[in-house]
Amino acid sequence: MTVSEGPEAKPLLSIRGLTKFFGSFAACDSIDLDIGHGEIHALLGENGAGKSTLVKMLFGVLEPSAGSISWDGAPVTIASPGEARQRGIGMVFQHFSLFEALTVAENIALSLDARIPLAKIAEETATVSKAYGLPLDPSAHVADLSVGERQRIEIVRALLQNPKLIILDEPTSVLTPQEAERLFETLMRLKAEGRSVLYISHRLEEVRRICDRATVLRHGKVTGACDPKRETPASLARMMVGTEVAEVKREGLADTGEVLVEMKDVSVAPRTPFSVSLKDVSLKVRAGEVLAIAGVAGNGQSELFDALSGEYPIADEGRIRLRGRAVGRLGINGRRLVGAGFVPEERHGHAAVPGLPLSDNLLLARSRSDKKAFLSGGFLSVLRRDAIQSAARRICSVMDVRKSGEDPAAGSLSGGNLQKFIVGRELDRQPSVLVINQPTWGVDAGAASRIRQALIDLAKAGSAVIVISQDLDEIFEIATTIAVISDGKLSAPYPAGDLSMEQIGLLMGGIHESHFGGEARYAS
Amino acid sequence: MRLELQKRAQVSTLFSILSPLLALALTLVVGGIMFWALGKSPTGALYTFFVEPLLDVWSLHELVIKAAPLILIAVGLAICYRSNNWNIGAEGQFTIGAITGSILPVLYPEWHSPMILPLMLVMGMIGGALYAGIPAFLKIRCNTNEILTSLMLVYIAQLFLDWLVRGPWRDPQGYNFPQTKSFQVEAVLPEVLDSGRAHMGIVFTLLAAVLLWFMMRFMLKGFQVSVLGQSARAGRFAGFSAKNMVWFSMLLSGALAGLAGISEVSGSIGHLQPTISPGYGFTAIIVAFLGRLNPLGIVASGFVLALTYLGGEAAQLSIGISDKVSRVFQGLILFFVLSCDTLIHYRIRLIFNPSAATAEAKN
Repeated sequence: MTVSEGPEAKPLLSIRGLTKFFGSFAACDSIDLDIGHGEIHALLGENGAGKSTLVKMLFGVLEPSAGSISWDGAPVTIASPGEARQRGIGMVFQHFSLFEALTVAENIALSLDARIPLAKIAEETATVSKAYGLPLDPSAHVADLSVGERQRIEIVRALLQNPKLIILDEPTSVLTPQEAERLFETLMRLKAEGRSVLYISHRLEEVRRICDRATVLRHGKVTGACDPKRETPASLARMMVGTEVAEVKREGLADTGEVLVEMKDVSVAPRTPFSVSLKDVSLKVRAGEVLAIAGVAGNGQSELFDALSGEYPIADEGRIRLRGRAVGRLGINGRRLVGAGFVPEERHGHAAVPGLPLSDNLLLARSRSDKKAFLSGGFLSVLRRDAIQSAARRICSVMDVRKSGEDPAAGSLSGGNLQKFIVGRELDRQPSVLVINQPTWGVDAGAASRIRQALIDLAKAGSAVIVISQDLDEIFEIATTIAVISDGKLSAPYPAGDLSMEQIGLLMGGIHESHFGGEARYAS
Repeated sequence: MRLELQKRAQVSTLFSILSPLLALALTLVVGGIMFWALGKSPTGALYTFFVEPLLDVWSLHELVIKAAPLILIAVGLAICYRSNNWNIGAEGQFTIGAITGSILPVLYPEWHSPMILPLMLVMGMIGGALYAGIPAFLKIRCNTNEILTSLMLVYIAQLFLDWLVRGPWRDPQGYNFPQTKSFQVEAVLPEVLDSGRAHMGIVFTLLAAVLLWFMMRFMLKGFQVSVLGQSARAGRFAGFSAKNMVWFSMLLSGALAGLAGISEVSGSIGHLQPTISPGYGFTAIIVAFLGRLNPLGIVASGFVLALTYLGGEAAQLSIGISDKVSRVFQGLILFFVLSCDTLIHYRIRLIFNPSAATAEAKN
C-alpha cells in the first residue's frame, strides 16, 4: 500500500469553510476537507449529516452559500456537473441514472461527446472494464443486468473521462458482500494509479478496511478527521453519532413457542411490469422468534410484505396462516384483527401520510383494530380526537419521539423519529405477529438501536417477528433465524449462529442450499 | 437575472390570510385595465360590476339564486377533488339531474300531490348520481381518465336535453318554442322569503355544506377521503378501498349536482328549456378551489363568483359590454388565487447568477 501524501504536500482538492444553506437551515456548516493524490478518503456520517450536500457542491450540482474550493492548488468555482467532469471529477451516484431499454454502450455514450462513434465507445468500455476488473458486456441491455453490474456501468462511465477524483456515494448499499469485495479491488487499483477516491459510507468496517483517511460529519459540521485504521468501529460510531450508541441486548430470546405465522408455497404473479413474482415462498415463525429475511433490494421483499400484510391478498385462503387461522384472502384490517401488526418500508406515503398530523397517522393503522377506543357515534363513525391524541402522546413518550409542537405533521419529523412513531404505533397494540420491512432504513444510529431493541423485546414477550432487511449488521444483531430472498424465492431458514456473511452473500446471489451441503434447517 | 421559487420551511400563515385578498386586488387591477382598454371608465365599470348588484333587495335575491347551485355543486366536487378523483362533468350531471327530476311534472302534469316535489328532488339526485357513475365505472373497470370521460359526458347530456325539449317533451301548446309545459304549482320549489324570488335551493345548499364540513372534519369517512386523496398507497395500508372511494365521491358529487339541477329548474325556471345553466357546473370548479376545497370556504367563494354573474348582466345592461366579461373575471380570479396560493408554500427569490441556480430548485 502506498503511503498517502499528507495534506501539506499540495492536496488535489482542498475546501475551506464550505457552507450550504437551505432557507435558514445549514446543511453544511463551514466544512474543511483535503484530499491528497492517490488517497481513498472516507466521508462518514449518519443519514442527514450533510454528506450528499457536500459532494453535490463538489460535483457542481449545488452552489455553495459560502466557502472556497481549490483544485490542484488553484481556487475554482464548479458551476455544473459538466465543468466538474472537465476538471477531472467523476461521480457515481447512489441512485443510478441508466436507461433500462438501452445497452451498456449506449448508456455510456449518452454522457460523452455526441460525436464519438458508438463502436469506439463499446471498444473503450470493454478495455476499461477489463483493465479495472469490472467485467461488462457493452452490448448487453441494462434491464438484464444485476444491480452490481449496473453500478459497474456508472463506474466505467466515470473512468472513461479519465478523472483524477472519483466520488462514490454509498456504493456498497446495493451490493452483496462478494460484489462489494470486487469493488474494493477496483478502488485499490485506482489508488495505485494515483487517482483519488472520495468514499461516502456509513459502514464502519469497510471504511476501516479500505480508506486512508476519514472525515466525519455530524449535523453539517466536521466532527472528526482521523486515520480509520487506527480507530475502532465504536470510536468511529461515537464521532458519527456524538454519543455512545446503546448496544442491543438479546439475552433470553428463545424461539420455542407455537407457530404463529405460516406461509406455504405462496406464489404471486408480478402485479406490474416492474415487480418481481414470488415463487413458492414458504416460511414458519414461532412465538419468540425473530426471522430476518436478507436480500439485495428488489428481489421480492415488497411483494412478500404485500402478501403477508394482506394489502394485496392472495387467491388461496389456506396458504397463509396467522395464529393458526387461514387468512390468505383476508385484507390488511382483517389480519390486524387476528393480532398482526405491519410496518412497511416506505415511511412517506405508505406507512404514513406526510401531510397529516401524527394523531391522524395513528388512526391510519388502527381505525379498525381500535374501533372501540377511537370511534363513536355508531355508523356515523365520529372520530374521538381526544382518545386518538392521547394515544399518540403515549406512543411518542414510550418511543422517545422528538417532535416540534403538540401534534405536528408526520412529514416534519426526521426519518428516525417518524420511524420510531410508526413502529411504536404497532408495538402499542402488543401484536402477536409483527412484520416489518427495512426497520431502520435511513434512520440515525440512536433511533435504529432503540427500534431493534424494541423488536427483540417484543419477541421476548412471546410474539413472532419477521424483519425484512438489507442491512446484514442489523440482521446479525437481532435475528434468531435467517432466510434469504433472491429473485422472489425464499431460501430455507438457518439458525442465525450457523450462517456466515459469505454464505448469506452466496444466497443473496441466488445460489441455494444445494451448494453448501445439508446445513439447512427446515423449521417444521 | 431570474426569478426562483424557494420552498418555505413552514407554511406561511401571513400569506394564507393575505393570498385571497391579494388575488382579489390583482383581479380588480387587471379588470380595471381591461375596462380601460375597452374605452370605459375603470372605476365606474368596476362599481357597476361588483357593487351595484349588492344595493337592491331583488338583486340580493338573484345573488342567492345564482350562488345556491354553485355552492351545492362545488361542495360535492370538493369531496371528489380531496379524494383525488377529478370530476369535471358536474355541468352534465346538473343537466341530467334536471331532466330526471322533471320526469314527473312533464309526464304527469295533472298529478297534484305534496309528494311530487320530494320525489322530483330524489329523482334528480339519482339521475345526477347515475350519470356521474358512468365515469366512475369506467375509471374502476377500464382505468380510463375520469377528467376526459366526465367532461365528454357533459356535451352528451346537453344535446340530450336539447333533443328532448325540441322533440318528445316539447309543449304542444307552446307555439313551437323548444320548451316543456310549465310545471304545476306543486312541482315548484317554494320561495324562502316573501321579499323575493330566492327559493328553497339555498336551504339544501347550506345544509349540504354544513353536513359535508362535519363529515370532513369529524368523521372516519372524511378521514378516508383525505388519506386516499393524499396517498393511495397509505390508504391501502389503512385498509381503505380506493375503488369504493371513487364510487362514493363521484356518486355524491353527481347527486349534489343533480339536486342543484332540479332545484334550478323547479325553483327559478319552472320548465325545461335547451339551456338551463350559465355554466354553473364549470364555474363550481373555480368555486371549489377558491374555497380551498373546504365546504364552509366554498359558501363564501360561491357568493363571490355569483356576483360575477350578476355583475356581467349589469355591465351588459348599463355600460353595454358583453356579459362574457363575467367569464373573464372568473378566469382572472381563479388564475390569481392559484398563483397567490403559491406564496403560502414558496418564497420568491431573485437570482443574479444564472449558472449555479438550476440544481438548487431540485433540492
